[in-house]
Amino acid sequence: MILRLNPSSGIPLYLQLIEQVKHAIETEAIRAGDQLPSVRKMAEDLVINPNTVAKVYRELEREGIIEVRHGAGAYVHDSVVSRTKLMRKAQGVVESAVDRLASLDLTEDEVRRLVENELAVRRSKTSKR
Amino acid sequence: MAEWVIETQDLKKAFGRQPAVDGLNLRVPSGSIFGFLGKNGAGKTTTIELLLNIVKPSSGHATVFGVPIADTLRSTEIRKRIGFVSEDKGLFPYMTVEQIIRFTRSFFPSWRDDLERRYLEMFNLPLKKKVGDLSKGTGSKLMLLLAVARGADLLILDEPTDGLDPAAVDEVLKELVSLAASSGITIFFSSHQLPEVEQIAEHVCIIDRGKSIVEGALDDLKAQYQRIQVVVDRELNEPVRWVDGVVKVRQEGRTLSLLVSRNVEAILAQIRSLPGASTEQFPVSLKDIFLESVRNN
Repeated sequence: MILRLNPSSGIPLYLQLIEQVKHAIETEAIRAGDQLPSVRKMAEDLVINPNTVAKVYRELEREGIIEVRHGAGAYVHDSVVSRTKLMRKAQGVVESAVDRLASLDLTEDEVRRLVENELAVRRSKTSKR
Repeated sequence: MAEWVIETQDLKKAFGRQPAVDGLNLRVPSGSIFGFLGKNGAGKTTTIELLLNIVKPSSGHATVFGVPIADTLRSTEIRKRIGFVSEDKGLFPYMTVEQIIRFTRSFFPSWRDDLERRYLEMFNLPLKKKVGDLSKGTGSKLMLLLAVARGADLLILDEPTDGLDPAAVDEVLKELVSLAASSGITIFFSSHQLPEVEQIAEHVCIIDRGKSIVEGALDDLKAQYQRIQVVVDRELNEPVRWVDGVVKVRQEGRTLSLLVSRNVEAILAQIRSLPGASTEQFPVSLKDIFLESVRNN
């Protein structure tokens, strides 16, 4: 698993790290049952605050993506395998949607903005309820 | 252990009629890496000198480890728990590296031989060289060794990476991170290198003209602050009276760019009342927050 963070991007480092660990799982760079580095090791490798890494592990544990066994480290949860398969399947849906959008002569950037906008609209709807 | 390692209340220091620190309120949580930011001359170094009892405040209060800085008797005891690296280094130039390490360790019963050895090796310090002949970068590394090896609970670092090359900056940052991870030490460092603050700091405070203008957990600040770009149908004849939370507005033709610090829902509602407005929201970096806040002040 190779992680690369961009401290100046404006997106909090812990969110970047969560995304990247999830991505590593989706691409199977790390698999179910694999051990993640210790908080200290990951903080030193990435040169970021150890509390940031601890926050990431807590959040990933809360989402059921990793399992923290006390004194023994953090492991990728067994159930994430099915997620990986689901993501692969969903990839096909995205592919055909993007194909159709591209046929409308939209640029890559416009497609991304449309998708993000749609997600933002949904988020604000659910938060209002 | 006290919740706040450093706490100041309305701390002021004026040199003549010129205020250097002007009513500063700071709270540094125990065990955190705290980035203290500001332009040159914003009052960073004076604040640090106040905390170390090097200069006396004109008014206001401050405590370090719960002990008032004005308490001269106990402040000596407190200073043993603080490792300090200053901007101008202030080492005895006629001593060799070896001598100054021996000299410094004699003051500190809790001296950490293991850390001394580790830093000597890592920084590759020339033991026989005179301190006055060291480069700026090597001087900083030596100061860091002297500060850390005394077994301090609080490191106060004034521009610790100033004058270091990028490889040395990386080494120093890495070292600060592993110190924080292994020892629960509190690290308070001033800097105007925003990327490095963004990388390792958990809490930040931006000061300008001696006042704290932005303070909080970095993740929270990044979540609160955002840029909202608005495109309206026709040019606005009158400037909008924005609700609270809008830090800065820039307008070019039909495009408005807003930097907001809070109250996003209310601001978005206000935007919806503009003619045919479409909006996009973007995350902002610490640099944006810094520049806009300092410029506004």
